[in-house]
Amino acid sequence: MANKKILISGNEAIAEGALAAGCSFYAGYPITPQNEIIAYMASQMPERGGVFVQAESELAAINMVFGASATGARAMTSSSSPGISLKQEGISYLAGAQLPAVIVNIMRAGPGLGNIWPAQSDYFQATRSGGHGDYHCIVLAFASVQEAYDMMQLAFDLADKYRNPVIILGDGLLGQMMEPIVAKRISPIVYRSNKQKKWALTGCKGRKPNIIRSLYMSQDALEKSNFSLQAKYQKIKKSEERYEGWFLDDAKIILVAHGSMARIAKGAVKALRDKGKRIGLIRPITLWPFPAKIFRQLVMENKKLTFLAVEMSFGQMVEDVRLSVNGKVPVKFFGRSGGAVLTAEEIIREVNKLE
Amino acid sequence: MIEKIIIAGSGGQGIMLAGKILAETAMQEGRAVTWLPAYGPEVRGGTSHCMLIISDQEISSPCVDKADTLIIMNGPSVVKFKGRVKNNGLLIINSSLSSANIKSQAKIVKQPFTDMAIALGNIKVANMIALGCYLANKKIVAAKNLSRVIQKIAPEDKKALIKINQEALEKGLKV
Repeated sequence: MANKKILISGNEAIAEGALAAGCSFYAGYPITPQNEIIAYMASQMPERGGVFVQAESELAAINMVFGASATGARAMTSSSSPGISLKQEGISYLAGAQLPAVIVNIMRAGPGLGNIWPAQSDYFQATRSGGHGDYHCIVLAFASVQEAYDMMQLAFDLADKYRNPVIILGDGLLGQMMEPIVAKRISPIVYRSNKQKKWALTGCKGRKPNIIRSLYMSQDALEKSNFSLQAKYQKIKKSEERYEGWFLDDAKIILVAHGSMARIAKGAVKALRDKGKRIGLIRPITLWPFPAKIFRQLVMENKKLTFLAVEMSFGQMVEDVRLSVNGKVPVKFFGRSGGAVLTAEEIIREVNKLE
Repeated sequence: MIEKIIIAGSGGQGIMLAGKILAETAMQEGRAVTWLPAYGPEVRGGTSHCMLIISDQEISSPCVDKADTLIIMNGPSVVKFKGRVKNNGLLIINSSLSSANIKSQAKIVKQPFTDMAIALGNIKVANMIALGCYLANKKIVAAKNLSRVIQKIAPEDKKALIKINQEALEKGLKV
């Protein structure tokens, strides 16, 4: 299988990418449109030496991930919007206890049970800490099946590096579609030794016991823990911003879009460039930390820019664009949400309205 | 070059499989390709469809609004999808399961794929006859490569079915 192209869905690529990254524990509960992740894990984990649990609920699954992660395992769960809402308590606990974990959200349209069609309306929930308390998950968004596969390695590495939960944000379109990818050779899971994780609960014979908790009864102790969390978040903000840019050098209008909207926006940019329009695109890859630096830099160089945030929501990521440019240039929004996928033609019409 | 395809029919007709085989073949020929299934309650019956894009260049949206080629395998899908083909496109209809008299600017090809499959000895290979018919009208991929993909992707317990599927493809190429 080495360096050979395979045709695979986004959901399967996520699962295969996780296994290639050494994920040895998966717990989940089914929900459309991400069931292929669970199905793939159910068939592959036992064969490749890992642990698969179909939990009795989303709440159980996220807490199983908490337990597995506490022992040093690379652990993950996946779900879609309503299921991710149910996991928020556990995600807050993971953040509070500084445990690494990967949580995949293949978004569907909401609110409530909504429907199973693609949406990007969980952006706030993912980037603003969906559970209680002052915390952040690192949030990564992929725009192709290849990137879904590659991103799993990054997700587990960042989770371990910062001892922090990482959310992968995709949507039904990206989860369901098949595209060719180049995958590593499929092989048994290479376990990372949990000895490298000095904080893990591995049995304390001959050493001081480790304690993993998010409960700090005294005000001083909790605030001290929160200060260290905040210091960590600042460090992540400083070093982990990621984005992809097209035609930023001479663009007068820059579209901003993540995930599946970014690839569709790219189609619009190509068509408009062919007509001589000076248009570009920024695709944030880290949604938290949001890649604010490139926006600040562009606005400093060119005061006549206009940004147009394009989302399958009624305006969430656009707030991060506005915060990044801080009122210095206009930031417009175009989006719809309810399961409909914006087309390149709709985006082109919206861009043409700007002038 | 960009070819956008919708294949529609009912659950059980191998609509998804036909799309995947075509996508896999295009991939092996070095093209960019996306395949997007209907992932709703269609899985449990009713009309089912998938959308494919085959291109020389990077593909932006995997969604197909108006198709260059629309392949319809049953009556209910004619009602649902008949408007989704471009005026200069190709519309292939399984006349065994649809007697509708369709008016379209597209080139219409009607063939009794299901009856032909029954004559071959397995009703389930109507999808491969339709693919053959498509390739006879538009050489998007080489038929011999598609035939090889049929062989390659068949799981161990389905190896016995390779031959009849390849025969079905051949039959479609000759209609």
